[in-house]
Amino acid sequence: MKRQIPIMLAIIASVCPVIAFFFPDRWINEWFNQRLDAWMVIIASFALLLGIVSMIQVNIHKIRRRARGWGFSIIILVTFTLMAAFGLFGGQGERADGSLYPFTWMFQFVFSPLQATMFSLLAFYVASASYRAFRVRNVEATLLLIGALIIMVGRIPLGTLIHPLVPDIAEWVMKFPNTAAQRGIIIGAALGAASMSVRVMVGIERPYMGKS
Amino acid sequence: MPGQRSRNAGVPGSRRGSLPGDPGWGTLLWRPLRLVALVYLALLGTGGLAGVWVPAAAQDAAAPVASEVFSPAPEGHIPPPELPLDFSVVDTPSDDGSSLTLRWDPDQVMQTLGVATIAALTFARRAVEETEFLPVGRARVRDGEFRDAGLESGVAYIYRIGLEDEDGLLRNTAASAPLVPQANFFRTHRTNALILVLLMFGLVVGFILAARKGIDLFIRRIAGLDAIAEAVGRATEMGRKILYIPGIISVNEPQTLASLGILGYVAKLTARYGTKLEVPNIDPLTMAAAREIVKQSYLEEGTPEAFNEDMIHYITQDQFAYAAAVNGIMVRDRPAAIFLLGWFAAESLLLSETGQSVGAIQIAGTAQVTQLPFFVAACDYTMLGEELFAASAYLSKDPLILGSIKGQDMVKAVILVAIVVGVIMVSAGVPGFADLFSAL
Repeated sequence: MKRQIPIMLAIIASVCPVIAFFFPDRWINEWFNQRLDAWMVIIASFALLLGIVSMIQVNIHKIRRRARGWGFSIIILVTFTLMAAFGLFGGQGERADGSLYPFTWMFQFVFSPLQATMFSLLAFYVASASYRAFRVRNVEATLLLIGALIIMVGRIPLGTLIHPLVPDIAEWVMKFPNTAAQRGIIIGAALGAASMSVRVMVGIERPYMGKS
Repeated sequence: MPGQRSRNAGVPGSRRGSLPGDPGWGTLLWRPLRLVALVYLALLGTGGLAGVWVPAAAQDAAAPVASEVFSPAPEGHIPPPELPLDFSVVDTPSDDGSSLTLRWDPDQVMQTLGVATIAALTFARRAVEETEFLPVGRARVRDGEFRDAGLESGVAYIYRIGLEDEDGLLRNTAASAPLVPQANFFRTHRTNALILVLLMFGLVVGFILAARKGIDLFIRRIAGLDAIAEAVGRATEMGRKILYIPGIISVNEPQTLASLGILGYVAKLTARYGTKLEVPNIDPLTMAAAREIVKQSYLEEGTPEAFNEDMIHYITQDQFAYAAAVNGIMVRDRPAAIFLLGWFAAESLLLSETGQSVGAIQIAGTAQVTQLPFFVAACDYTMLGEELFAASAYLSKDPLILGSIKGQDMVKAVILVAIVVGVIMVSAGVPGFADLFSAL
């Protein structure tokens, strides 16, 4: 039973949305789609508690063992506690006088800029990855370099200055060889995902219960 | 009934036969008559005396202000002429009876009203037993269609369309005839999807049954999966840890499930060779499943004492905070091998470039087409799309799972044939074939 009930639940939960996809009945939609989604959110909320406990445990262990970078663990625990306290007891949004509650202030002026900083770092990572990828080592890398040069030059005014056909060639590369390759991968991946779903549906593959 | 239509009478010049700004003879005669009647009623209502009091504004019978003062209508003014826009209300096909669709001809609207394609039409609806129209949404003229969802089944609804003219005056069409939304049993426009699903299901189950009978099934070599043992071996020799990142989406994503399958195999190897394994998670549900898988693998390898729950831990649900934390782990602990397998977005390059900078052997795999170039550029091995999903079959050599991969390949062959036939048909100008594969 310990093994069969989770498999039965997985089969039901995976087949129901497929039925709802084809049959528009309100009852089917409500039970097979909306309620399952709502239950998923509820389960995920409880799982979040599990995650928080794990995060606290791991960082306390790190501090106790004085593991490398244990100072960061203190920062994590302090900021986590602060944000939780501000969020639970300090109010959210804007006060009547226009000032922000601490939670919102921290979110807007600490958290969001940090997120933006991480995202903007991507530009430098793209540059370093491109440099490595475009180094002429073999035929494939050379083709990649040529393709990238055509695209990059074709997308800026310099391309037209070099030759009026350069932007058209760049457009052609994007529209045909690039799209064809992408669609090939997408079709393969979609079929792979469908096949994986069938395996989960019939209970052959069940990574959700520790069986790979 | 599906396809039931009700066409409104809002054609140019209908009913009032008036133009914008032209009140018409009927309106000019009606104004003073209505004013007299209203003054009389007002006096009666106030116990009207001889020597009659008449509001100053009402003394000018032609003044529109007077009519506003005494009008019982809440708007207090004569409504502008009807909008000469021809539209139809139809039952939305293949739905659950909770919506109706309004349709109009964009060319006709643009020609008749002289408006731009992006001009916004507003839609208002009322149930038959109600008296007031409620706004339900907006659409551009060029859309040609507006779907009003969230309706009650069995209730008849009436619609009208509004358009603001250059002076900001809202003009409405005449109301449509009432129509009741109808529920449909099957989404007929998804028949092609159903056929493909049944074909896929049949082939996969068929090959699984064939595999059960002992038919030998071949699966091609996947370099990324062959390299897993090499990566674990390298980490073991160097005495450093292995970092396994199962993507950033929960277990409802097939890529995450596929990644967890590979994690089981990696965990068996680390249990066998005593290599350290760390699995930082962005999703608590994935973390719980990953814990079970790793624990099971350590049990199966006979080293349950080597398993520690802290190996699989949760970080945060924020994408970039997660990337920052994992980058920190990479830089501090310098893992010898990094696995990036699952669903990734913008953090893919942040993670893989950092892994590259610390000299780790990196094996990546995702079905996200937009992230694949980053992995190809930054990682040693990359599994493209379907290779990730085939991993569990490839690694386990389980004939049942191999059968499903074979079934998937057969569907792919069917799709390839359909593409070739489609290209020939379309090139030859034969209509109809491509429509069989139209949007689901």
